[in-house]
Amino acid sequence: MQLETRRLTALFSRNVIVREVSLPFPRHTVTAIIGPSGCGKSTFLRCLNRMHELSDGGWATGQVMLDGHDIYGGAIEAVDVRRRVGMVFQRPTPFPTMSIYDNVAAGLRVNGRIPRKQMDEVVERALTQAALWDEVKDRLKGSAVALSGGQQQRLCLARAVAPAPEVLLLDEPTASLDPAGTQRIEELCTELKKRYTIVIVTHNMQQAARVSDFTAFFYMGRLIEVGATQQMFTKPNDPQTEAYITGRFG
Amino acid sequence: MSVRIATRRIRSGFFTGLVVLLCFLAVLPLFLIFADLVHKGASSINWDFFVKIPVPAGQSGGGVSNAIVGTIIIVLIACGIGIPIGIGTGLYLAEYGVGRLGWFVRFLADVLNGTPSIVVGIFAWTWFVKPVHHFSALAGGAALALLMVPMLARTTEEMLRLVPNSLREAALALGYPRWRTSLSVMARVALSGIVTGSLVGVARVAGETAPLLFTALGNINFDTNIKEPMQTLSLQIFTYATGPFEDWHRLAWASALVLMSLVLGLALAARWATRKRYGT
Repeated sequence: MQLETRRLTALFSRNVIVREVSLPFPRHTVTAIIGPSGCGKSTFLRCLNRMHELSDGGWATGQVMLDGHDIYGGAIEAVDVRRRVGMVFQRPTPFPTMSIYDNVAAGLRVNGRIPRKQMDEVVERALTQAALWDEVKDRLKGSAVALSGGQQQRLCLARAVAPAPEVLLLDEPTASLDPAGTQRIEELCTELKKRYTIVIVTHNMQQAARVSDFTAFFYMGRLIEVGATQQMFTKPNDPQTEAYITGRFG
Repeated sequence: MSVRIATRRIRSGFFTGLVVLLCFLAVLPLFLIFADLVHKGASSINWDFFVKIPVPAGQSGGGVSNAIVGTIIIVLIACGIGIPIGIGTGLYLAEYGVGRLGWFVRFLADVLNGTPSIVVGIFAWTWFVKPVHHFSALAGGAALALLMVPMLARTTEEMLRLVPNSLREAALALGYPRWRTSLSVMARVALSGIVTGSLVGVARVAGETAPLLFTALGNINFDTNIKEPMQTLSLQIFTYATGPFEDWHRLAWASALVLMSLVLGLALAARWATRKRYGT
């Protein structure tokens, strides 16, 4: 297992948001997390790179094993966890004061100085992986915020993969994109899972069905069911999963 | 066209006109002051004004070179002390100032912000002048810095709070340590606001007189030693404008014009320095 949660509980002050979730994420697979709004799926995702504890009152108990080491165990710094577990958010968040090139390089520069030539290669590779290279190669020094929303989101994807993380967390990455932008991101998921372990939170069940190998259904902060996507969408074991997937609630 | 739409248009036009008028009223004093300064001061400005020091009372001619250089030196001292402390405090307040200490610092800054500058001057005198028994430009700069710090702290904080939290999260998610997120992402986005805020602070203290009366004191000679008393334009204006001689009044107007131009020039420079690097 690349990544695995063991009885992970996430709280805001005294309110339990995610309750004792144990969920494995096999290497080089895409796992989709689905569930109605407020079911704790985003909070769960934010526990996987220790972002949850940065929110006011956010804390967690239980274990999150990354390559066999508990990221909450004290042996690993939160900052190092976040360098190994990349994240893309719901809305594109390019750094507005940086050029396209600098945005992609940002995550590498924080690790220390890298020779110019090597940096150029990494930036090109990351932008190629995010299927953005051809569109921006002539204006790498240009503004990142002048890009379209879909391009900005792919830029954020490039920024996340540039430091070569082991795991990629996508928090509703297509929520603010048009169908064409959505399709590109989905294609990228399939492409990127050859290198990374991907966890994607989505509201869109068709999307979960299209891109993921495994699907986990969350409801009221609990993991209701997890299984191979094919099986989850055709014959789920739990009646709540079936009700949600068939659109009877949520 | 229905009557209702017509009334709506009239009302809309009325209020648009009203805010334009109010806006005009707000900037009018600036133009009046500047026009008056040019009218009364420009004729006294010549080469001597910038390169000569004041002549003894009663004689005509002379300049205020000592005051111009003094103003620049004292403001630079104030910036050197005040800007790092002020911006640092603002960063602290915006990034970590959630607890009781943050509340306390913010409260102190607000109180200090509202403190009359003459009171700050008296305090500066007790701290920086009395112990060493000597007036100095350094003490003057420190007094002005004391005025700048709370202003800068609060504007820096406000500017940083305008930066969307999603950018902070994006940086942290990339593995940025917190201090680096603050400095290289948040502060950079807020930079133009912080620079403008600093400039407003500089402009305000550049014209301060009261705190300098007890600290820099003034000096009729050209002196660049920061351990000695020093003349500034504001002190020069104070002395000349309240003096009995016609020639002094003339020089006071000219000094006021120069001071105002310095402040205006600073404002333009800052606008230019922080112009948008990328068109959006």
